[in-house]
Amino acid sequence: MRLTRRYRFSASHRLHSDQLTEAQNDVTYGKCNNPYGHGHNYMLEVTVSGPVDVITGRVADLPALDRFVQKEIVSRYDHRNLNEEVAELSSVVPTTEVVSAAIHARLDAHWPHQLPALHRVRIWETRNNIFEVSKEPV
Amino acid sequence: MKITRRIEFSSSHVCAIPGRTAEENRALYGEAANPHGHGHNYVLEVTIAGEPDPITGMIVDLKEVKEILNQEVVIPFDHRHFNYEVPPFDKVVPTTENIALEIWRRLAPHFDGAKGRLDLVKLYETDDLYVEYAGEPA
Repeated sequence: MRLTRRYRFSASHRLHSDQLTEAQNDVTYGKCNNPYGHGHNYMLEVTVSGPVDVITGRVADLPALDRFVQKEIVSRYDHRNLNEEVAELSSVVPTTEVVSAAIHARLDAHWPHQLPALHRVRIWETRNNIFEVSKEPV
Repeated sequence: MKITRRIEFSSSHVCAIPGRTAEENRALYGEAANPHGHGHNYVLEVTIAGEPDPITGMIVDLKEVKEILNQEVVIPFDHRHFNYEVPPFDKVVPTTENIALEIWRRLAPHFDGAKGRLDLVKLYETDDLYVEYAGEPA
């Protein structure tokens, strides 16, 4: 059984690579290269996979999952500038591909042993742009 | 090919293990353990897999699917209290996981190949919590 929980955070970012010229950045990132940055209401889905406990009827301890994701991600990302204020994104271009991989890596590295296996991380940057990361090969 | 039908039902429940203290249940289920119960607008997506019939062009007659979902899920669940009115939830904790398992048990016999095969039960308790069950050993 898979269980998916959704979380939300609002954050700003700017897509700009120091390895590209101004003109190349403009072509590559378009409006997202605006020097003052811009923001999104991100939606984060965390999916776990495991058997249903016969006593509790649950795949996962939801309050524990919520506390974990809140501590590792939401409290550190919400109402922040991703380029300036989130350590794991300070030296990368925070495209949502990179953000979703960073979130997956952080969750995976600190994953509490009592939670069932992390199956997938999915992020909506907007309603129309959706990114997903899992350990299995794509 | 897969086809998905979506229905909704609104029901109330309490998530608590009989014999455990209020504090223990609160720690396990959070606010869902409130002894007076609470409710959700559940959204159910049922996915049927199969090949379109060469004459009708349909995997399964959606009118029949609608009627099966109505008889097996909507009529017994909608505007009911799971713990008091919907067996087996007088004995089984009506978590989203257990409700999805029960829906699978009710629907699988109807979609055993002749009318397509039951592929996935996806049950949203809220926008921010859903489970997916594909018939694997629970």
